[in-house]
Amino acid sequence: MAGTKYRGSEISDIDQFIKDKDGLGSEREVEIGQHIGYRYDVNLVPDHDRLTPFLKEYMEVMGWDDLNWLEDVHMGYEDGKPAVFDRNINGWVRVPDSIQLPDNQQDRDMIARELLIKFQMSDRHPLVLLRKAYMKF
Amino acid sequence: MAHLSDSELKELTQEERVKALGMTTEQLTGRSMAIEFDPDEKSRFVYPWAPDVDYNKRTEIDADDGPTTEINTRIRNLMAEGYGSIVIKNPRGKHGLGVGILNRLNLIFEGSLGYFAVGLNDGPNVRINGRVGWSCGENMMSGSIVVEKNAGSTFGAAIRGGDLVCKGSVGSRTGIDMKGGTIIVGGDTGALSGFMMQRGRMIVCGNAGKNLGDSMYDGTIYIGGKIQSLGVDAVPAELTELDKSWLHRKLSLYGMVPEQGIDHFTKIVAGKQLWNYDNLEPTEKKLIL
Repeated sequence: MAGTKYRGSEISDIDQFIKDKDGLGSEREVEIGQHIGYRYDVNLVPDHDRLTPFLKEYMEVMGWDDLNWLEDVHMGYEDGKPAVFDRNINGWVRVPDSIQLPDNQQDRDMIARELLIKFQMSDRHPLVLLRKAYMKF
Repeated sequence: MAHLSDSELKELTQEERVKALGMTTEQLTGRSMAIEFDPDEKSRFVYPWAPDVDYNKRTEIDADDGPTTEINTRIRNLMAEGYGSIVIKNPRGKHGLGVGILNRLNLIFEGSLGYFAVGLNDGPNVRINGRVGWSCGENMMSGSIVVEKNAGSTFGAAIRGGDLVCKGSVGSRTGIDMKGGTIIVGGDTGALSGFMMQRGRMIVCGNAGKNLGDSMYDGTIYIGGKIQSLGVDAVPAELTELDKSWLHRKLSLYGMVPEQGIDHFTKIVAGKQLWNYDNLEPTEKKLIL
């Protein structure tokens, strides 16, 4: 029945989905065996005091005074690993173990934004191959 | 992956290209789909195929000279020549102008546009010195669009990212199915704004019509004026200090901070009571097993 109970789990700890990769908090999630909703706060707006030098340069090159589309990029968690959702391939890209995670979501989100830009603009991104195969000449 | 030049690929049919690039012959069995970031990835700010443009290199196109497709092709050709600022004169309400641009670019329209203007864009900063029809900025991925006057219905339909700004008022179903980005409206917005919103932010400095945020799944709506009625599962939430600082910064970018400030804004979010997509799944699993 619609509209009777909040069905997802509450996020109480920044490492919640690393410590518990299933992260099934609510009764409903346990019942169906899958997580409902995002594994991060999609509504968290960025704190511009925490911008990395790379992101500042990116904003300048693009002619933007803020993070623009990157405001929607957050560090999430897939299968117990930190990861970032890449909308261009509709999938998660994992953060390597060699990268130390800060202890707060704002700084983690800045790292996620930087990693995602570098990946999306690289030659090894799957879109490069897809474009070669399906582009109109 | 086979290394073929663009000129070699051009000589092949699409099916031949796909095969030549190994896309249908790769052995996928046993391979993981997991992709990992390379921390030593080279820094680049635009797509590998995007032409290098200079914002200081400026030119004009007269839209009276041809149909929409020709104007859009000319924009691409000018980018390939390095032009980073393009002014379109006499758009005269033509539909579908300035779409599918996947690069940084300053694009200025001296006049009003028709429906589905500047949609499917990923990067450009667009200024429209006039009005726009339905679905301006539809499926926009990044960049900014500033409309100086009013906009029609479904403003920012299914927007994914970037800033979509209308300094005047907009029609109904603003930001329908939006999945990211920021929509800013200086005046009022019509009925069913934020319908089925999934994420992103909408700021309306004026009033909102009936059923605001109906069936929204996630995301945030900030309203400066009166709300005629809230839709199903749209609920008020506390306007935090982080919200206020973000609102002030965002509105300042476009010179749209109201005289009375932003403390009076109402914040609307999803009540998250409609997350029922999984309801039948346990039954389905049992049937399969």
